[in-house]
Amino acid sequence: MRQQQFETRYASLWQQIEQTLARLEKPGERHATPPALTAAEFPAAYRRLCHHLALARQRGYSLDLVDQLNALVLRGHRQLYQYRPPLLPRLLYFVREGFPRAVRAQWRWHLASALAFVLSLAFAWILVATQPDMAYSVLGESMTLSLEDMYGDSTLSDGRDSGDDLTMFGYYIYNNIGIAFRTFAGGLAFGIGALFVMVFNGGFFGAAAGHIVHIGASDNFFTFVVAHGAPELTAIVLAGGAGLKLGVAVLAPGPVSRLAALRHAARATVPVMYGVFFMLLLAAFIEAFWSPRDLPATVKYTVGGLSWALVALYLFAGGRRREPR
Amino acid sequence: MIDDQHHITTPEGVPLTLDLAGPVPRALAYFTDLAIRIVVYIIAAVLFGLLGGLGNGLMLILIFLLEWFYPVWFEVMRHGQTPGKKSFGMAVVREDGTPVDFSASLVRNLLRTADQFPLLYLTGFVTMLLDSRFRRLGDLAAGTLVVYSRTVPARRAGQPAHTLPPDWVTSIQDRQLLLTFLERSPGLSPARRGELARLAFPELTPEDAEDRLRRTALHVQGGN
Repeated sequence: MRQQQFETRYASLWQQIEQTLARLEKPGERHATPPALTAAEFPAAYRRLCHHLALARQRGYSLDLVDQLNALVLRGHRQLYQYRPPLLPRLLYFVREGFPRAVRAQWRWHLASALAFVLSLAFAWILVATQPDMAYSVLGESMTLSLEDMYGDSTLSDGRDSGDDLTMFGYYIYNNIGIAFRTFAGGLAFGIGALFVMVFNGGFFGAAAGHIVHIGASDNFFTFVVAHGAPELTAIVLAGGAGLKLGVAVLAPGPVSRLAALRHAARATVPVMYGVFFMLLLAAFIEAFWSPRDLPATVKYTVGGLSWALVALYLFAGGRRREPR
Repeated sequence: MIDDQHHITTPEGVPLTLDLAGPVPRALAYFTDLAIRIVVYIIAAVLFGLLGGLGNGLMLILIFLLEWFYPVWFEVMRHGQTPGKKSFGMAVVREDGTPVDFSASLVRNLLRTADQFPLLYLTGFVTMLLDSRFRRLGDLAAGTLVVYSRTVPARRAGQPAHTLPPDWVTSIQDRQLLLTFLERSPGLSPARRGELARLAFPELTPEDAEDRLRRTALHVQGGN
């Protein structure tokens, strides 16, 4: 068959497919007429189109025709084989089971990340506790002074109104979630980026805490950080652990290629990053609206302890199923 | 083998060709998106500036959302095309040519930070040059490609003319060459058409050679 006969014979089918695809690609629009092909007819029509493309290549029809059919098949392929599972059931599954399970499945990396954070925290704290002047060299002078300014006062919410709370809410989202995402990505550099963030933040927090205990403002400081610290610090540690897993996949891929190991690690750690996002959102909310409230220390410590217990319970026990009998 | 194409096979057993987008058009698309975001920030700064503390908070949330989720939103909701990519006719797809899903899009956009290291996407640029399919680190981890998604213009039918059967046994390549000549002739200058035709018929003048080649090609195409 010559090209022109071929085109005349099948042009109407191609047009029908084209029209149907144009409809499918813009699902929101309303039209007076139904699409040329019903959902039941489309797969068969698409397979004939695939056949035509193969024929056009085999018979040496013009490159333009092959390009045109190729583009049409590609569009059909996208529509036929796309994967769009519903969002809400997946989200519910994720919050109830998926996230804590994903964290436990990679507990080694999260433990390593937590150790990097806790050890540098303890080191910096002990350093500042034994040699108080070290605070100025670890934190820098301006940071030390602003910490003293923030927590040295007897009241927490002094001069802070609801507008400031909202500003801080935005700031915590922008800053903390950004840090978590960058920690994850930094892990790709053989884990160095993620480890660096863990050690740096652990050291900073340790030195700050040590200094504040030294100047005698520990109640102000700990009543402020205890509640939101649970989701916030946990989330940062989890982001570091996810980043470490990425980096180690590139560094020591095991029996598969580096690329395959990286893909596998990325797929396994993405659920953790979803969870990190939600935890930091929660932390920003607590930090902006609960933590600065001036309430008795016992209330704040109780709520803080509850917050830590809930995070721990969720991550350790969430999504565990009883063995079937 | 042309190296800016990626070939996949569909479940129907038909090979499909994807045209890959290189670093330069992708950088241009990135800067287009950046410009769009900056315009949004300026407008938002003016509007939120009226709201005081609430406005500051909203502004920071807006910056966070746009910096991290602007590409994700458009890639998932708009067939892999951010406005910048759309203006250059590019789209993000998975390696099997299907649309990107939320997870893949999130991975490739979270790892942007790694590609940006140390500045101006240097890591991403080097990775793209080393990779055979112009993938940056985020694409490698997510299993995505950036391809051209041009819409092919409708083809005009050949005009009827006196056709001439080829006086040799044509191979597939010959026939394809003849048809391509026919379809691309409108875009070539007459001198260039004559020059090309004389490669086939060196014994004729450019005008005669072109006429003969055209009629032979029309015969192959199937005109009468």
